Amino acid sequence: MNKTTKMVIVLTVITGLSGAILSSWDSVTKPKIEYHKLQALKVAISDVLPSYDYYEEKDIDGKTIYIGKLNDSTQPTGIAFKVDGSGFQGNLSIMVGVDPSFTSITGIKVLEQIETPGLGTKIVEDPSNKTDPFWFPEQFVGVIFSPQINVVKNSIPQNSNEIQAISGATISSKAVVRILNEDISIMKELYQSVN
Amino acid sequence: MAKTPTPLSKEFLKGLWNENPILRMLLGLCPTLAVTNSAINGLSMGLATTFALLCSSILISLLRKIIPSQVRIAGYIVIIATFVTVADKFLAAYLPEISKALGPYVPLIVVNCIILGRQEAFSSKNGVGRSIIDALGMGSGFILVLLVLGSIRELFGSATIFNLQILGDWFNPWMIMILPPGAFLTLGLLIGLGNWLNERKVKI
Repeated sequence: MNKTTKMVIVLTVITGLSGAILSSWDSVTKPKIEYHKLQALKVAISDVLPSYDYYEEKDIDGKTIYIGKLNDSTQPTGIAFKVDGSGFQGNLSIMVGVDPSFTSITGIKVLEQIETPGLGTKIVEDPSNKTDPFWFPEQFVGVIFSPQINVVKNSIPQNSNEIQAISGATISSKAVVRILNEDISIMKELYQSVN
Repeated sequence: MAKTPTPLSKEFLKGLWNENPILRMLLGLCPTLAVTNSAINGLSMGLATTFALLCSSILISLLRKIIPSQVRIAGYIVIIATFVTVADKFLAAYLPEISKALGPYVPLIVVNCIILGRQEAFSSKNGVGRSIIDALGMGSGFILVLLVLGSIRELFGSATIFNLQILGDWFNPWMIMILPPGAFLTLGLLIGLGNWLNERKVKI
């Protein structure tokens, strides 16, 4: 057998085997990975919505919203959806819950972020605040986002549409607020156009 | 080979000290610097890399007479990438938290110089048994350094090791330790310490 043929055969066999191994392993792990994704989604929805018995998934113009409902009522308890935008370094993905009339926030949870560890990551959890590591996301509960959410620095928020910025991570704090301001109003129009 | 074979114990121990991939050969520094902001991240990265190293070494030492030398690098990379993807999927399916923390650095194990380096320098020239010992030694050396580095950075950066509180509330965590500069500082000091010990002929 000449050299070239051997090279072709060996590489083909190796890549073929590699493909076979990977596709069979993928079929083993795929359901588990999907399951974890779904669990993470469920946890995020239950974190941002007021208590509900079940949630409905609904697609409006390609955007998915999750409507929390009680067993004995058709009225939604809250509406959750994902918003995206750029943070300090990269994409920020946030699950946000609002009340059915789209006036105030019932909760937010940052799903994906690559902010600066130890500074920007405080938008998720702040380990330096021993009494309440989640003070930043919790601030958003009950915030009225009309006309818009404002960021205040180095002082306690006075109004119901104000959020205190994380010191040392003003850009990340503002990014969260900007994404919420922009995307909630878009979702509001979308939602109200079909209801 | 005409020379007398090295004893197996030495083949293993060289990975821990004399030819330690990080401290002595300065290979695979990218994951070393990037993921060691906590002990658990360092350990999982070390284990995932060792898994890929071990499997690739076994397969490549078995195939060393079959793979033509002109296409060996391409062949090695495909084999390494296969095992890395297996490890990546395993983490995503069974340890989602760790998979999330390590992020893109797991798929990047493919281009870790330690793995390709060992195949070129060792597995392609030695039998399966020896290659396994070599891979385990190199892997252990890698895990050890990542674990030490991760522990030091987590201790000073978050006052914990493996999420267990070590330093009390009096300690104000040094933010820099879990940021990239902390990785460079700690690694530099560790390599310096390694050289210092080596000069004094401290052998293990």
